[in-house]
Amino acid sequence: MDTATFLVQCLNAVQYGLLLFLVASGLTLIFGIMGVINLAHGSFYMLGAYLAFALAPWFGDWFVTRLVVGVALAALFGYVLEWVFFSFLYERDHLQQVLLTYALILVFEELRSLAFGNDVHGVPAPEWLTGGFRLGGLMEYPWYRVFASAACLVVALALYAVVNRTRLGMMIRAGASNRDMVRGLGVDIRRLYRIVFAGGVALAALAGMVAAPLSSVYPGMGSSVLIICFVVVVIGGIGSITGALIASLLVGFVDTFGKVFFAEWSGVGVYVLMAIVLVWRPEGLMKRGF
Amino acid sequence: MSAVLATSTGPREAPHSASLLEAIGLGRRFRGLAAVDAVSIDVCVGEIHAVIGTNGAGKSTLINMLSGELAPSAGTVRFAGHDVTRWSQPRRARAGLGRSYQRTTIFAEFSVLENCRLAAQASEQRPWLVWERAAHDRRGIAIATRAIAAAGLDGDAGRMASTLSHGAKRQLEIAMCLATAPRALLLDEPLAGMGAEETGRMLTLLSDLKATHAILLVEHDMDAVFRVADRITVMVNGQVIASDVPERIRSDPAVRLAYLGDAH
Amino acid sequence: MASEGAGNELREDGADVRAEVGALPDIGRREAGGWLVPVAAALAIAALPLVLSPYGQDVVVRIAIYAIFALSLELLVGATGLVSLGHAAFLGIGAYVTVLASGDSGASLALLVPLAMGAAAAYAVVVGALSLRTRGVYFIMVTLAFAQMAYFVFHDTKVGGGSDGIFLYVKPVLAVGATTLLDLGQRVPFYYSVLAALVATYAFIALLLGSRFGHALAGIRVNEQRMRAAGFATTPYKLAAFTVAGALAGLAGLLLAVKDGAVNPELLSWHESGAVLLMLIFGGIGSLRGAVLGAIAFTLLKELFQSEALLGPMAGHWQLTLGLTIIAFVAALPRGLIGLGTRVRGLVSERAARAATAKSP
Repeated sequence: MDTATFLVQCLNAVQYGLLLFLVASGLTLIFGIMGVINLAHGSFYMLGAYLAFALAPWFGDWFVTRLVVGVALAALFGYVLEWVFFSFLYERDHLQQVLLTYALILVFEELRSLAFGNDVHGVPAPEWLTGGFRLGGLMEYPWYRVFASAACLVVALALYAVVNRTRLGMMIRAGASNRDMVRGLGVDIRRLYRIVFAGGVALAALAGMVAAPLSSVYPGMGSSVLIICFVVVVIGGIGSITGALIASLLVGFVDTFGKVFFAEWSGVGVYVLMAIVLVWRPEGLMKRGF
Repeated sequence: MSAVLATSTGPREAPHSASLLEAIGLGRRFRGLAAVDAVSIDVCVGEIHAVIGTNGAGKSTLINMLSGELAPSAGTVRFAGHDVTRWSQPRRARAGLGRSYQRTTIFAEFSVLENCRLAAQASEQRPWLVWERAAHDRRGIAIATRAIAAAGLDGDAGRMASTLSHGAKRQLEIAMCLATAPRALLLDEPLAGMGAEETGRMLTLLSDLKATHAILLVEHDMDAVFRVADRITVMVNGQVIASDVPERIRSDPAVRLAYLGDAH
Repeated sequence: MASEGAGNELREDGADVRAEVGALPDIGRREAGGWLVPVAAALAIAALPLVLSPYGQDVVVRIAIYAIFALSLELLVGATGLVSLGHAAFLGIGAYVTVLASGDSGASLALLVPLAMGAAAAYAVVVGALSLRTRGVYFIMVTLAFAQMAYFVFHDTKVGGGSDGIFLYVKPVLAVGATTLLDLGQRVPFYYSVLAALVATYAFIALLLGSRFGHALAGIRVNEQRMRAAGFATTPYKLAAFTVAGALAGLAGLLLAVKDGAVNPELLSWHESGAVLLMLIFGGIGSLRGAVLGAIAFTLLKELFQSEALLGPMAGHWQLTLGLTIIAFVAALPRGLIGLGTRVRGLVSERAARAATAKSP
């Protein structure tokens, strides 16, 4: 493998990892703070992708605007969904949460089918992001992928800033380590949950919107991303944003280079990684805390 | 209460027999904070050794390290002549180190009898004998019945554990301990939430048990501790500040300053 | 769990043990009718071919196979308290091994049963050993992940036939020398073989649950901390339950492969794992009868929702109706159908008690 190819694969790995991070961070936040296992989280990713598809004709090349509008819509959706559905899940045991959110996936899949049909759709990248730059010899790395990575990085930094530098973030961190205490301190825990949930949905949807031009929009895209995110959360530790970032990048590299070196067995690579982490550090790389 | 005190035969001496359970230089750090720091303590058969201290003194951490639920950052634990520092809790339990919990840890859904029978099963598990009915476990049921009687719960054997009163549940906790035929007992606040009569019964039980067991008792109820303990260790901020017979502890100035308050 | 009758054993002091033991609630919990109900049900199922069409018998066989699958998971979820979201992996492995080992000329049942169950058990031991290093939500996620791993092996690699799956060309037989004792390719022998497998699985798990091993599992479910404090090394117990559950799921997989004459990777999908969990919650967790009831309810429900004859165009969108039904069901009946029965009986006895006390002065 020559340097250029290697570099391209590294960039791909990072880009994939960062996208995963967006989805996984939402998942781990919701786990860590509300203690809810949500199988439908992948559906929010799918929601984002389909939003990108649906909004495309309205916004044309105003790509960033489209992203902002999509994220806002997703956040609103998440806020309402928490209110009418998820808030009832907190007291239930894990098995019931699993099954109720599984049922939610079925409902979402069907609604998607009714709204958009079952075909695979392409979403074009905006005009100003087409093409790529030369990377030694014949390789060309697409600008869109650079944009995707950059966008994810920006969001990751924003997330870090919010969680570690704002009052909201402080409440989130407190809620992650001691839910009852936070409630006892008089914080309006329900509002906090709703905001966190909406944030998680927005993150996943953003990832979906950004990924749409790269991977197309198809039924079942939610499930594949969800299980990988579970692996990310297991490796990184529940409730840990830093853990999710490290784990996402790890998964990104294992998956990307796995495809290069192991072809048909590459799908297994990520799980082998998880198995290794389980043997070495079952509580996740970052244990508790952010 | 004075009747109980009257039975004590003057100032008590620390027992001379070799210690059954021993912690040497035990320490535990949590991210830089020393919850327990260089604590050495021992318990012999025939004595009740109480550990007292304010909240956060490290008593729970200490007991968790002795039982095997928490790995120490430093130090060793010895039991019956073996170095058990690396032993898991189940292994220590099978070797004869029993434990009761501060928060009642019983099988609420099962009957009192089944609670103790299951505990008794631990010492002779043989899980591969799948054709044998647990309900016909004569050995286990016999042991359970004896333990229930010893803990003062006769007549309640058939009741579901969740229907017991709080005091009875604490008794069941002890009965389950006894059903595993321990040689040493780690009791974490067994009197928690008990009224005067129940406390008296529990203390009588402990005094009866001490002849054949080594008992380490963590308790907040000071009256009870001074009634029944042969030795008292006082912990403050993870360290032992005094360890002696009750009379000398009562008059120890460091203890009075740190814990009992000068008003005494 | 099926109740057991205590024998008339004498204790060391001569008193009758049964009086004490009969008071053991929960494990050996007396379900209405004791052994009678499952036996009667088995006899009824055995008699069904007399009245059912071949299509109807087909449905019964399918339900029976899924009942075995559900029972195997009940051992894990209901008895031990371990929620696994990857149980379909063992179903799929049992099925694939059956087809792969049958090759072009078929194979003997005497080879396939231990092979299928053994392969499933082998994967279960490895997955279990790793997954049991986690708890709670982690455990759920990890079991799902390992099932997904197995899915990818069969879906992507040359081990399986790719996303299309493979055909079972010759169904297994049980033969001694030249005489064929049992040919699973024939409808009637297959029907009764599946029924026998269901009865055997049910009886085996019931046996297990009443044994010391089963009681230990129940103890782990109710309070693992206390079990450890008493001296039980809980992980080997959980691993044993996980492995047995996996092996039994492998048996269901074998039967499914024989019934369908083919296998495909979707057998290991998480939809399958979710479905079997749903069967348990429909029927009621913690009850063997519930597992069977749940399998019946779920399969019939799915058939219903997919039936164009009954629901017209909505049949195409059965996921929506099924999803909404699940939500309504889990929200309203967390204890499942068995729980409904218990609640009704409770109300009836309450009323009787009140009537009795009303009469006394």
